[in-house]
Amino acid sequence: MTEPQDSVGFGSGSGSPSGSGSGSGSGPMVRAEGVHKFFGRLHVLRGIDLEVEPGEVMCVIGPSGSGKSTFLRCINHLEKIDSGRLWVDGDLVGYRQRGEKLHEMREREVAAQRRDIGMVFQRFNLFPHMTALENIMEAPVQVRGESKAAVRERAMDLLDRVGLSEKVASYPSQLSGGQQQRVAIARALAMEPKLMLFDEPTSALDPELVGDVLDVMRQLAVDGMTMVVVTHEMGFAREVGDSLVFMDAGAIVEQGRPRDVLTDPQHQRTQDFLSKVL
Amino acid sequence: MTDIDTTEPVRPETIKAVPVRHPGRWVSAVIVLVLAAMLVHMLFTNPNLDWSTFGKYFFDGGILKGLVATLELTVIAMAIGIVGGVILALMRLSANPMLSSAAWLYIWFFRGTPVLVQLIFWFNIKALFGDISLGIPFGPMFITWDVNSLVTTFVAAILGLGLNEAAYMSEIVRAGILSVDEGQTEAAQALGMRRLKVMRRIVLPQAMRVIIPPTGNETISMLKTTSLASTVAFTELLKAGEDIFNANYRTIPLLIVVSVWYIIVTSVLSVGQYYLERYFGRGSSRELPPTPLQRLRRNLTTFHVTPPRVPERGTS
Repeated sequence: MTEPQDSVGFGSGSGSPSGSGSGSGSGPMVRAEGVHKFFGRLHVLRGIDLEVEPGEVMCVIGPSGSGKSTFLRCINHLEKIDSGRLWVDGDLVGYRQRGEKLHEMREREVAAQRRDIGMVFQRFNLFPHMTALENIMEAPVQVRGESKAAVRERAMDLLDRVGLSEKVASYPSQLSGGQQQRVAIARALAMEPKLMLFDEPTSALDPELVGDVLDVMRQLAVDGMTMVVVTHEMGFAREVGDSLVFMDAGAIVEQGRPRDVLTDPQHQRTQDFLSKVL
Repeated sequence: MTDIDTTEPVRPETIKAVPVRHPGRWVSAVIVLVLAAMLVHMLFTNPNLDWSTFGKYFFDGGILKGLVATLELTVIAMAIGIVGGVILALMRLSANPMLSSAAWLYIWFFRGTPVLVQLIFWFNIKALFGDISLGIPFGPMFITWDVNSLVTTFVAAILGLGLNEAAYMSEIVRAGILSVDEGQTEAAQALGMRRLKVMRRIVLPQAMRVIIPPTGNETISMLKTTSLASTVAFTELLKAGEDIFNANYRTIPLLIVVSVWYIIVTSVLSVGQYYLERYFGRGSSRELPPTPLQRLRRNLTTFHVTPPRVPERGTS
């Protein structure tokens, strides 16, 4: 409890284990330029421009269907963008640039890129046939080829930090939603990512379980992790977020410091949305 | 703890009413009992059943050899069916249009023709291909085999049953894979896993829960379908029985010998299926159902009556 802050760290934004070569680390962690996305004829993202600095916690809010989850999924290439450019830590997401030409990345390269980006889902998506510990150990052992012994130690450590050390051998079906989500966060952190994406991490939880998950995320933010959080938790956004983005109909309507946007929204649509949720 | 009165309240008077009569149950019970009595009577008195012959041939060497051949055929054909089925299912679900249409074509063909026809076809393969050669397509050949030496009746039976089974198994495997939530794949991909690894480590183990029960059915069905191989002169259980009754004309007793063996093996397979399902169901429910053995042990050890609960008067 009284350990110094830096040693209870969850991994860090600085000194990130940058996997791919050209990642500079000096520029923004995420940069989007004119990102468009279509689902068939549906225009879900209409030119997104934004930057997330290393160590920054950016919260993204907006009505459902505004494209905020889709944008988040574009950042680790779960969705392919149709136009524009998207960089993570200086590397183009999903493409390689050779001279003027863009080349689609091979599956292997996309997978390698995703290793450094952690993602937490609304519906947890823990692997139900594995225990909490096995869930956390899976990727480091299977993807990075680390030794089981070393990973086990780290996984136990992570479980301890999300407050679930006694749930090591539990299967996801034996855990509450809040516990599952904390295991899911630990699972993502086990890959020592330089960026964490949260897709409405508390939306599927019973209200009394939300707090524990937010506490873990708050600690993660304090420890300097770069985070993009799609959320409906305005309290969390105000308190933990460094910046707040309001999206509507596939576009960024307004962004700024959370306190400013939440208390003094400039746009009519932001005002309408906030008047409904606050 | 608050003061809760846990003493049993006075039980209110039970309703006294004339219960609904079920005459149908009595009628059906009488009919079933009479039929059962007739069957038992027939089993004991019909001389054509010839139980002494049954007893004499039940452990006959030829029958047992046929039984082993049937088991071999079942295991190998199912192995081909399962491996082939997984490959075909992955091909059908693949993004590669050539692979998926090739798999579709295979399934269409092998499900579209009777397995008996396929068996006879493999048996007569010599009539289609005289020799099989290894070499460059449309070019020179390096090695050549005579087909009849390659495709023995055993191989013909395995190919006929296994390749047909693969078509059915592929649909079972595909349904299993599709039953796994897409979020699982996404979560695994987000962790940097590649597609094949996602399939092997995450999706297939979960799909097994859906795949195992129908696969058990297929195995049991395969055990009995192997009897078709008797038509292509392969000596499995049925053919072994036929060979005997063709010599001694005791058809019925030998058919019963064969049937009883099929039932015994089927029963054993059903038990195995139960344990397999239990193994792959782990994590899907909070607690695994007890095995019959565990249930038996628990019943034996807990026949004492649970003591009545002492009412807890709150003081804390």
